[in-house]
Amino acid sequence: MSANESPTNDSDSALYELRLYVAGQTPKSLAAFANLKGICETHLAGQYRIEVIDLIKTPQLAAGDQILAVPTLVRRLPEPIKKIIGDLSNEERVLVGLDVQPVVV
Amino acid sequence: MSKNNNQLSTPSSTLPKTPTGIQGLDEITGGGLPTGRPTLVSGSAGSGKTMLAMEFLVRGATQFDEPGVFMMFEENAAELTANVRSLGFDLDRLVSEKKIVLDYVHIERSEIEETGEYDLEGLFIRLGYAIDTIGAKRVVLDTVEALFAGLPNHAILRAELRRLFRWLKDRGMTAIITGEKGDAAVTRFGLEEYVADCVIILDQRITEQISTRRLRVVKYRGSVHGTNEYPFLIGERGLSVLPITSLQLNHEASAQRLSTGVARLDDMLGGKGVFRGSSVLVSGSPGTGKSSLGATFIDAACRRGERALLFAYEESPAQILRNMCSVGIDLEQWIKQGLLQIHSSRPTLRGLEQHLVMMHDTVRDFQPTVIVVDPISNLSFERNEAEVKPTLMRLIDFLKQQQITTLFTSLTAGGATPEDSQVGVSSLMDTWLLLRNVEFNGERNRTIYVLKSRGMAHSNQVREFILSDAGIDLVDVYLGVDRVLTGTARLAQESRERAAAELRRQDHERKLRQLASKQKAIEAQIALLQAEAEAEAAEVNFAIAQEVLQEKTTQQNTSTMAQLRDGVKTGNNRIKGTL
Repeated sequence: MSANESPTNDSDSALYELRLYVAGQTPKSLAAFANLKGICETHLAGQYRIEVIDLIKTPQLAAGDQILAVPTLVRRLPEPIKKIIGDLSNEERVLVGLDVQPVVV
Repeated sequence: MSKNNNQLSTPSSTLPKTPTGIQGLDEITGGGLPTGRPTLVSGSAGSGKTMLAMEFLVRGATQFDEPGVFMMFEENAAELTANVRSLGFDLDRLVSEKKIVLDYVHIERSEIEETGEYDLEGLFIRLGYAIDTIGAKRVVLDTVEALFAGLPNHAILRAELRRLFRWLKDRGMTAIITGEKGDAAVTRFGLEEYVADCVIILDQRITEQISTRRLRVVKYRGSVHGTNEYPFLIGERGLSVLPITSLQLNHEASAQRLSTGVARLDDMLGGKGVFRGSSVLVSGSPGTGKSSLGATFIDAACRRGERALLFAYEESPAQILRNMCSVGIDLEQWIKQGLLQIHSSRPTLRGLEQHLVMMHDTVRDFQPTVIVVDPISNLSFERNEAEVKPTLMRLIDFLKQQQITTLFTSLTAGGATPEDSQVGVSSLMDTWLLLRNVEFNGERNRTIYVLKSRGMAHSNQVREFILSDAGIDLVDVYLGVDRVLTGTARLAQESRERAAAELRRQDHERKLRQLASKQKAIEAQIALLQAEAEAEAAEVNFAIAQEVLQEKTTQQNTSTMAQLRDGVKTGNNRIKGTL
């Protein structure tokens, strides 16, 4: 959470460019980040990049992605842009929202 | 705003208020919206919510040095900028001058997936950021209810909205929250539950194919406010809420008098005409000369060098000029001198309120001292009297406040009594002249009388109203035993009277002559009798004289005889004895 950029793998080959908007280190944003990280590691290993934007530090960025609710996860790539609001606690819904085929374990 | 300052500073407004700068609204609310609190403006689609909110911000930014944030949820900034440009608001400039921030908040339901807990802190941050960048004092949220369609979890949304309004209050923002009108409630999603300080409802109604917008302050916590429904319009200068002058009746009353342009009519009105700043109603059936009287009134004002304004709802300016020439009134010269403006339009072109606002604007631009509205009855054509009267009342109040003398003509329908003024505005009028057609003896003539005239001794007489190519003149009518005679009947009656008088005069002369000759005859008789008496007296004297003479003679004879007989006394005795 401390860094804005949180590349997990080789950023050049990232298929999924994700942005997580939060407002300070609230329990909700911490939960959202943890949930997102877990889901990505499980289902998108090596194909994603997460950018965390703290609106309290950079409020001017809220308008660009039409952020109202926090936390909001924005899938910037692949297009079209998709948004998932909430703490991302429901893995299934997040995968549907990101349009990701779950990896069957 | 200068006129409203006395209202702003009234001690009753302990609640601080923020002027909206919208014509009329500040009067109704007694100074504006509650400072530092949210106000809910609710109305159906197209009722003017956004315009009202926008004007509140623009006026705040331009007139009161209070920058504002406009957060819109339905239109985007470009659309809004284009829309309000029609009101003369240049949003682009205000934005670049950092007086206004436009923020378009958009949620596409189809793009959003919802999972788990969230809040609307993002919205707060955006709003807070916008407020901070320009130091805003005013905020508009238009229409926050759109969020209900975008966010599936209404429980969270409601909680967050409640928090948002609270937050706005804490930040001391004077805010307008707009809301869509619901079926039963003030707003569809019950926003009134959260915004409890001031609620304004806008409404658009269509009567007789003419739409009118109305505004009502439903609630204003901690403040007195006008509770009525007030018509309002969106015009070229933004919103205008009528009444323009609202709650008070405190205009000045001038003692100065104005001539009506008809000398004998001035005579009827206490000898000096009407008061400056008063309202005059001229009512009458068709063709009684109302328009001509109005034109004469204008003509008189222009002759004095005053500015006059004519609102015509029946004729075009050219037609008026031509027609008035036929009664000897040349209005064109005054137009050329810039003393007269004629505004002609069809009354059905706009709603009554729009007409009034147009009048209002024109009056303010032209600053006339005399206005003629011809006819006022057309404005209320087919309309409910109950709604016309208050609107006209406001217009009249406004004109009185400006010390403008106004002459309204009013058409009375054929068949109705002339007193039955359609508009029902007679009680608002200071002077009421009634023009009447009198049909008698195969012709129709005009009469005029003063039905009322406040504050002056006015004539109670009916006068005949004569329109000729020399203008208007009033003539005394002939008051018969049971009716007023006018026109040729009056002329005939007058000549009959003249003939009768002549006859009487001749009769008198004859009688005098008779008397004189009788006197002469009597005098002659007297002379005759005197003569007779003298003659008789003379005869008597003559007889007496004769007798005296005879006696004398006899005596003489006797004495003579006695002398003769002195010698023969005996003989005398004998004679005596023999006698």
